[in-house]
Amino acid sequence: MARWFLLFLLAPALASGYGLGLPLSPDKAQAYDVTPIVLPDGRGLPEGEGDYGMGFEIYSFECASCHGPNGEGGPFDRLVADAPFSLDLPPHRFAIGNYWPYATTLYDYIRRAMPFQKPHALEPDEVYALVAFLLVENEIVPEDFVANRETLPGVKMPARKLYQVDPLTKKLFPWIELP
Amino acid sequence: MDRRSFLKTLTAALAAGTARVVATKFDPFPPAPTLGRPLQPLGERSRFEAHVVRYISPNLPSRHTGAAFAPISELDGIIHPNGLHFERDHSGVPEIDPKKWRLVIHGLVEKPLMFDLEDLMRLPTESHVYFIECAGNGQNGYREPPEPTLSATRSRGLVSGAEWTGVPLRILLEEAGLKPQAKWLLAEGADASAWVRSIPVEKGLRDVLVAFKQNGEALRPEQGYPVRLVVPGWEGSIQVKWLRRILVSDQPAMSRGETSEYTDVMANGSIHAFTWVMEPQSIITRPSGGQRIKRGFNEIRGVAWSGFGKIVRVKVSTDGGRTWRQARLSDPILDRALTRFTLPWRWDGRETVILSRAVDEAGNVQPTRAEFFKRWARNNRYHYNAIQAWRIQPSGEVINGDPPLAGVEVPPMQAGGCGGEVLDG
Repeated sequence: MARWFLLFLLAPALASGYGLGLPLSPDKAQAYDVTPIVLPDGRGLPEGEGDYGMGFEIYSFECASCHGPNGEGGPFDRLVADAPFSLDLPPHRFAIGNYWPYATTLYDYIRRAMPFQKPHALEPDEVYALVAFLLVENEIVPEDFVANRETLPGVKMPARKLYQVDPLTKKLFPWIELP
Repeated sequence: MDRRSFLKTLTAALAAGTARVVATKFDPFPPAPTLGRPLQPLGERSRFEAHVVRYISPNLPSRHTGAAFAPISELDGIIHPNGLHFERDHSGVPEIDPKKWRLVIHGLVEKPLMFDLEDLMRLPTESHVYFIECAGNGQNGYREPPEPTLSATRSRGLVSGAEWTGVPLRILLEEAGLKPQAKWLLAEGADASAWVRSIPVEKGLRDVLVAFKQNGEALRPEQGYPVRLVVPGWEGSIQVKWLRRILVSDQPAMSRGETSEYTDVMANGSIHAFTWVMEPQSIITRPSGGQRIKRGFNEIRGVAWSGFGKIVRVKVSTDGGRTWRQARLSDPILDRALTRFTLPWRWDGRETVILSRAVDEAGNVQPTRAEFFKRWARNNRYHYNAIQAWRIQPSGEVINGDPPLAGVEVPPMQAGGCGGEVLDG
């Protein structure tokens, strides 16, 4: 009884929320979006473009010391697949060409996390160029491929067909589909 | 010793069918002859416990990404001390000034909002004891043949238990007002890799905490200071640390952490994405790999946990799996928290293998190694939850007792996942 009475008293106070937090205008919210999240349909990709030639130069300078001159791996992950995916392929040979299901993830991850020592420093054109370089090296696109916000969502990654939503997750959230 | 207590001792020894195994050596132990150290504002552990630290693989190419294992071989209880809670970072631990910290909720919301720490801490809070486990916990179990020198820490130390205090994420989402198309919460961290993970809106409304306290004190920097997500029962990597924003979306990000990492290769050759719930596990922490026991009475101790809810049963075998006994579960037995189990045992000095197997309230049973690999592929990297066996050698030394996989041609397989351990080959 006492509890109900208390709720009755509180109700008007809470009806309009707690009144905490600063409401943001769309501009202010946009300004906070310094590392845009790139979705598989291309949302979040900026303007700009890059190709293999430019990508090769940036790769050699910024990436090769960790990932190998040809993406074969070094102290850090192999990027260029040397075999198709199979159950006999050891995990350290999982790479873009045999394990990554979306090309957009490449842009998103390089933009937000690479190079390891100085992340979010590359310009959009540079990131697009690296993505083009890595897609060509993995033999997913032809050498004259130009990466930009129109082309990336359309790239078919070889590993995509292997992926499905975890069945348990599907049971908990039947609406979930992979893009 | 008087006659009565002598008789009592003798009866107890005879009842157990064993002679007293005397290990304690006589030594007079006087009280301190001088004043002890004075009061101090911040407590420290005894210097004799300095060896109890997190394990970091010596083979990591960088300590800015990788994992430090909680030393579960030497811990008891369901709460881990904050400095020993396991740690997994993807681009180092950022140093965040709490005055500069901001959290933004934006995207498919009626009213995008920015919170500072003071505003966040004014909102209603909840506290819960939960385990957090890296999806890569157990990764050493993928090694074939099993590594003899494995310890409990290196086997399953990428799990820890703590009491987390924070604001239910539901409150922040309701304040911002979800639009009808809102399906996903894309949470982003403020670390150098701006770590991103996608969480279904329903989970965020149900039980996710925006946590700022860990066992009563502010989060440790390596646990996300000042604010992290706690996503009970789900893999650690989705519990975004150093939280800086939640973008409400109609699509998942398919970020690196939910595609090339933290996805699972199954024995049928498919790859599962969004493998979030941590399945039941248990491990005997004493006696365990690297320890040495003495003949006679030894309490068997361990921990069990499951992302599906409470642990209802842990069975222990001390004869290599031929017979099983039910272990005693110590209170409190909490939803999606570490649960401690014990079993009294007398070791007769003969070589044997001890095992533990957990069952959760949803009826999930921890698999054997052979059962595990019927479902998950051998080149998978995550979610290894098979029974861990310990072999007690006649000397009392304990080594890994996991059986090699019978009847399979095994190419050398490097364990992977979370960069917890980098192994040769």
